[in-house]
Amino acid sequence: MRLLTHNMLSCNRKGVSNGFPLGIEASKLEVKEVDFNSDFLRHIYPKIEWKAFVDAAKSLGLNDLPEHVDDSMLEDDDFLHSFHHALLEVHLEEGALICPETGRRFPVNRGIPNMLLNEDEV
Amino acid sequence: MKLKQLEAQLGYLAQFQSPKVELEQYPTGPHIASRMLFMAESTFGDIRGKLVADLGCGCGTLGVAASLLDAGYVSGFDVDDEALELAQQNSLELETVLDLVQCDILSLPSRGLKFDTVVMNPPFGTRRKGADMEFLSAALKVAENAVYSLHKTSTREHIKRKALRDYGAQTAEVLCELRFDLRALYKFHKRQEVDIAVDLWRFSPLRL
Ligand SMILES: C[S@@+](CC[C@H](N)C(=O)[O-])C[C@H]1O[C@@H](n2cnc3c(N)ncnc32)[C@H](O)[C@@H]1O
Repeated sequence: MRLLTHNMLSCNRKGVSNGFPLGIEASKLEVKEVDFNSDFLRHIYPKIEWKAFVDAAKSLGLNDLPEHVDDSMLEDDDFLHSFHHALLEVHLEEGALICPETGRRFPVNRGIPNMLLNEDEV
Repeated sequence: MKLKQLEAQLGYLAQFQSPKVELEQYPTGPHIASRMLFMAESTFGDIRGKLVADLGCGCGTLGVAASLLDAGYVSGFDVDDEALELAQQNSLELETVLDLVQCDILSLPSRGLKFDTVVMNPPFGTRRKGADMEFLSAALKVAENAVYSLHKTSTREHIKRKALRDYGAQTAEVLCELRFDLRALYKFHKRQEVDIAVDLWRFSPLRL
């Protein structure tokens, strides 16, 4: 899974009022190149929760994203390339996602997060 | 990519080895899958450069097809880990990228980010009554522009009414009628019961 996926996932276990953003524990990452597409980045940018994205990127060791963004940066090539890389090329292969409220762990194996809840959690 | 090429590529995908009947795991064959995605792109421009979700992705056919048609990002959701493993292999095989998530469609672990387009071949609801409607309701919640889905032709009026009245669809349109071959899954059935008529639908959610 990539950080774009992380940016949309939340913990919706019973009783949790805000399960976003999930913490990340990473034990294995992989980088796979994909074609750079600035139109897609501009399209997706307004949907992204920026702070959650930057924090998640940091927890994967990606430190070159700005804390604050404004629309003018969408014309800046360096920025777009960092954004592209963190959003679409870095895969969390092994690790876990962690509910910010309860600490509930959702394991990530072979790149696939298991978000299934137990019967008593729904 | 041309329709024929897309269909041929999808022909390389591995399909469920031991389908779980209770989850209605029958694959979407290359013929139907290629037409569904090709129409979504060529007629409506709903795939290329878009954020696409495949709900109940199974072996990943529809998601892979979206990716082959240059979707900007595709994710697949399924409850079954064996299906997801297969989807993973299939996407690697065709050099596409799918982000897969194991979850129940009934409680999508989403913070509310919306996909441009949802593509799906949900359970028809023959094993667990209402499963088809649960998928449709979930899809219309997470889609911003369009939902493409397959449903039994015999349920056409019901689908239309529920979509428009209860699930917040603004439009509900049958694009074409197809025949779905379920022989692979229901080996024990008689021939005439396994080839069923299916509608390809396009729904558009109400824009707020
Ligand atoms: C008809 S198959 C879809 C096949 C898929 N399009 C393909 O080509 O392989 C339905 C899929 O929905 C999944 N499914 C059934 N109930 C589900 C649920 N409640 N939540 C998530 N997935 C579910 C099944 O595991 C199965 O893979």
